[in-house]
Amino acid sequence: MSLFRFTRATIDGALLRAELADPASGGFASFEGWVRNHNEGREVRCLEYEAFEELAVKEGERIVRAAIERFGVAHALCVHRVGALDVGELAVWVGVSSGHRGEAFQACRFIIDEVKHRVPIWKKEHYVAGDSGWVNCEHCAAAIPRPVPV
Amino acid sequence: MNLRVQYFALLREQAGRSEERVTTNAATPAELYTELKTRYPFQLTREQLKVAINAEFRDWTTLLADGDSVVFIPPVAGG
Repeated sequence: MSLFRFTRATIDGALLRAELADPASGGFASFEGWVRNHNEGREVRCLEYEAFEELAVKEGERIVRAAIERFGVAHALCVHRVGALDVGELAVWVGVSSGHRGEAFQACRFIIDEVKHRVPIWKKEHYVAGDSGWVNCEHCAAAIPRPVPV
Repeated sequence: MNLRVQYFALLREQAGRSEERVTTNAATPAELYTELKTRYPFQLTREQLKVAINAEFRDWTTLLADGDSVVFIPPVAGG
């Protein structure tokens, strides 16, 4: 099974954790990213995640495999939601099992940081006020100088 | 040359479509994006985007081939 997956259904961390069980592992670390009810001073009502899945699963798999190799952990896995999510829902899950806790924490941190940085996934926030915006996109688009009306 | 262009997120909304077939003389993704900017109200600059050809990240100066699938990737926000 691939080490980076997308799902449109609720993520069950306990089920995923069972996939990483290993008698040689003495530690397990996980990270859960949850949908927050606010961002950059705005009240958030719900979110949509969209991904370029054909490339994202390859890039995600490369990240998880790099973490396993770099930190020498036993197993690692990342699952990301796509589609519409409500506040409080689990958006992304990362789990790592390893001989000892140190490298489990490190690998977990590495995976979530790299996923956020380079996997083609986009997040659209729908605000309580009624408007919406693509995170990291609207601000940079708005920052481009436009002609000033005279 | 015929290409398949897919649009995601902000670019999908601004193009009003998820994908299309494009017939073009653009030799590179850079030239193709410049051409598409004349057709759609794209505000993101090349510096803010990445490019994928056939579902792998590529440079803006990569030479396009007939039948290639091209995606311009807006700033990502997973997690």
